[in-house]
Amino acid sequence: MAPAVFNEMYDGGKVRPPYRQLEDWTADMPAALRSLKQKEAEALFRRIGITFAVYGEGGDPDRLIPFDMFPRVFTAAEWTRLERGIKQRARALNAFLMDVYGRGEIVRAGRIPGRLVYRNEAYEKAVAGFVPPRGVYSHIVGIDLVRTGPDEFFVLEDNCRTPSGVSYMLENREIMMRMFPALFQENRIAPVDSYPDLLRRTLTSVAPAKCDRDPTIAILTPGHFNSAYYEHSFLADLMGVELVEGQDLFVEGGLVYMRTTQGPQRVDVIYRRIDDAFLDPLCFRPDSALGVPGLMDAYRSGGVTICSAPGAGVADDKAIYTYVPEMIRFYLGEAPILQNVPTWQCGRDEDLGHVLDNLPELVVKEVHGSGGYGMLVGPKSTREQIAAFADRIKANPSNYIAQPTLALSTVPTFVDEGVAPRHVDLRPYCLVGERVELVPGGLTRVALTEGSLVVNSSQGGGVKDTWVLAE
Amino acid sequence: MILTVEHVTTYLYDAPVRGVVQSHRLTPSVFEGQRVLDWRIAVPGAVAGDGFRDGAGDWVQGCSLRGPVTEVTVAVTGQVETMDLAGVLRGHREIVPPDAYLRDTPATDPDAALSDLGQMAVAGARDPLDAAHRLSAAVADAIAYRPGATHAHTTAAEALAKGEGVCQDHAQALIAAARSTGRPARYVSGYLFASGDGTPHEAAHAWAELHVPGLGWVGFDPANRCCPDERYIRLGSGFDARDAAPIRGTARGGADERLEVALAIQSVQQ
Amino acid sequence: MLSRTADNLYWITRYMERAETMARLLAVGGRMALLPSTAAGYHSEWESLLQASGTAEGFARKYGEPVQRNIESYFFFDRDNPSSVAACIGRARENARIVRTALTTQVWDTLNSAFQEMRALERRPRSELDLATLTDWTMRQSALLRGAIDGTQLRNDGWDFLNLGYFLERADNTARVLDVKYYVLLPGVEFVGSGLDNYQWTTLLRAMNAQRGFHWAYGGEVTATKIAHFLILNDMAPRSLFTSVEGMTTHLDRIARTYGRSTEVQSKARSLLAELSELAVDDIFEEGLHEFLTRFIGEVAGIGATIHDVYLSGDQR
Repeated sequence: MAPAVFNEMYDGGKVRPPYRQLEDWTADMPAALRSLKQKEAEALFRRIGITFAVYGEGGDPDRLIPFDMFPRVFTAAEWTRLERGIKQRARALNAFLMDVYGRGEIVRAGRIPGRLVYRNEAYEKAVAGFVPPRGVYSHIVGIDLVRTGPDEFFVLEDNCRTPSGVSYMLENREIMMRMFPALFQENRIAPVDSYPDLLRRTLTSVAPAKCDRDPTIAILTPGHFNSAYYEHSFLADLMGVELVEGQDLFVEGGLVYMRTTQGPQRVDVIYRRIDDAFLDPLCFRPDSALGVPGLMDAYRSGGVTICSAPGAGVADDKAIYTYVPEMIRFYLGEAPILQNVPTWQCGRDEDLGHVLDNLPELVVKEVHGSGGYGMLVGPKSTREQIAAFADRIKANPSNYIAQPTLALSTVPTFVDEGVAPRHVDLRPYCLVGERVELVPGGLTRVALTEGSLVVNSSQGGGVKDTWVLAE
Repeated sequence: MILTVEHVTTYLYDAPVRGVVQSHRLTPSVFEGQRVLDWRIAVPGAVAGDGFRDGAGDWVQGCSLRGPVTEVTVAVTGQVETMDLAGVLRGHREIVPPDAYLRDTPATDPDAALSDLGQMAVAGARDPLDAAHRLSAAVADAIAYRPGATHAHTTAAEALAKGEGVCQDHAQALIAAARSTGRPARYVSGYLFASGDGTPHEAAHAWAELHVPGLGWVGFDPANRCCPDERYIRLGSGFDARDAAPIRGTARGGADERLEVALAIQSVQQ
Repeated sequence: MLSRTADNLYWITRYMERAETMARLLAVGGRMALLPSTAAGYHSEWESLLQASGTAEGFARKYGEPVQRNIESYFFFDRDNPSSVAACIGRARENARIVRTALTTQVWDTLNSAFQEMRALERRPRSELDLATLTDWTMRQSALLRGAIDGTQLRNDGWDFLNLGYFLERADNTARVLDVKYYVLLPGVEFVGSGLDNYQWTTLLRAMNAQRGFHWAYGGEVTATKIAHFLILNDMAPRSLFTSVEGMTTHLDRIARTYGRSTEVQSKARSLLAELSELAVDDIFEEGLHEFLTRFIGEVAGIGATIHDVYLSGDQR
């Protein structure tokens, strides 16, 4: 039985309030104008240079992520609740990181199994015992949300390392404002363009103690062959900071410097967009040419702040995810505002029975698997596949978790035949520094294929502008 | 026992390099088995970073040299008072929990032979400490000491298959076997005073520590079939040899590097 | 500014200038090929162009005998030739992409469009593309970029590095083109002052888009002395060695002022400029044009290396 799908615009035949203006807007738009606007949007994206460069795969090296002009809309009340939930989660995740790199109270209290934390690949021994400025480990927390009803939001995944996509949030809005200024006059839409300033302020607020002047910030990129290079240079430009590669930096006397035309210049805060393993060849992968030798020593001795902290990924692991509501209760003493997707741990006897009885409706994942490998999607599997998978679960139950197949909400989307509902998710970007900040909006990803639940840009997903209506 | 250390490592580049950066774990650990009387690390021409104690309790110190550089000398001299604690790392402060040392690395990834060796060794053990001793003995039996049989990148599995190796191979094989039986284990680098009783092993030494419930971390030296005593000086630890290396470094520029080591450990007559 | 950013900016313009020179050399070759061969056994004009551009070996390995059509392909389209117009434009654009945010939209648009048009040209049948189409297109792209830089870039150190790339590459390229004429093209010393000699000089002027400028400046007969003066010492000629070195000096001095620090590279450039301003054309012929040009190319390369050490490598303290 397929669960009912929540359409964010139409409640039965009635238009839900936040989408009222958009009904007339689509009704009044002739097909010819629509396709003209769509072309204009594409030209703008190309012109600005927002492409998703994929090297070594042949074809166009400068691919565009499809942009759908139909916005996704939240009311102020809806957003207020989301915002509280997202900030709450970002605070708890950071409290967890400070704890597991310190005394590990949550483990000692028996609330999270120690092995899940300390055996985790993402747990970074080199960071243990170190408290970064303001106790913040994850400075940009991307929280992936799905919606299944008017008030039902679920967190699908937390991203504590270096969540990407914020440039689309900003550019989607710019392009919509340029193409449809009237829409923005008729609707009072909360602006998102303060994000770069807030990010800069956040990074400035976590400068190391050794920095006794206005901190110098740099974004560390793997280089122009990286698919997200555009975003790196875009953010550097909007914040007015340097975009550096590992080779542009060096460590001396426990401090980090940029190589400039006027000699060495101190860098105090590094917003890195490269993975832990590549940060410092002395500490991690010795073959990494992307990193900065000695960076970890400088970091540990307080000469520079790295955002996010190496090892922050231990908080966004699939196995840890289940425990985030527990973290919120443990560290904040609050009830979680946003729910996790219900998850059954096959390692628990009481859960295992339920999972085995309901496999056709469930999604089953390996605890440490990724990229969709070792996964069973019940509704899309044959009886034979399900039976075979059941045997695998029984052989090693604790290696599996199970979740219900969620009915992701839909938002009207422009398709060849006109307008049709398509499934969406949402990634807001929460900033954590001296303060916890969230701009009213995020990146809405949309599965452009009818019925598809896959919103990833690598698999035919597109993006939408995300509106939060002012009170 | 009072031991003096003179340890000079020289890196020679066949062409000038544009700069050198190093990270040193060259300072004796702080625990009840050893007390530093005097300790100096000199790297002529280098700018030192601020040292810090890491989560595993090791003192780490970075340094760098501006190019052009053709030679880097790291000279360690010092005096340490040591005591025999039968390998127990008593009074050592660290934050990384033992569970973190259950993770395999490429050098310590146990193959079937290492897992078998581990399982067979612990079968019938009276208690965790006995099991640890049995593991160490099993590794000592399986890998004969033979310098030159292996190299710096030989894995634990390769050394076991070969049946011979040096202290690095013994330590990594013990770590792999212990972890495969669910025991946290780690690599320790340090110095060994060869007392002239015929002990053949290198003065720049390495052994393993296994976590034994109730006792904490306990050292085992399969290469010498013993637990570290007053002849040992402990410097630092890690997942494997690379992770625990006393000197990690890199040069900027494409020159070939040659290494020369001069090391003397002596006991001071009391 | 980051040393790597300065390096990228500097190479954008060096590659674009080089692309333009390749197109000019192709144009010279095309004209000379129209000249009836007068002496047996002397270098073919195409061969001499390969020598001048430093690509003879690569070409011989790939194509063997220098045939016009192959040379056109090699100079214009061939990415195996690191100096081909296509390779230069591709690398200029790649350098620009890396420092996209240091460039104005106009500058980026110009380079990006040049790159896209280049790809379109590559897809067209070669039979539709005659030599003049290719060389004119290249010079137009080069002019568009120079205009965009001049008209829109902020006059900061980035602008100086962009211009430094232009002037340094131009100094080198003009010297090389001159050297081809004198050393490689002319079959023997007995031809100096001959009809062939003068025809080649005129062709050279044409290729440098300088024929009218020359007549405006000198009038009368075209002579080797006048042309050498024009292309080496004249401060009005846009591509003369003097103008190029003067441009280098100007931008190096601006950088020194901005940074509040003068380095050995400023002194090197200034002393080269001083030498040129005191030189008479007779001095050059006395030293030997080829010898003079070889020395000059070496000095310019020395300045390039010092610019790298001081500003672009990031190793300077």
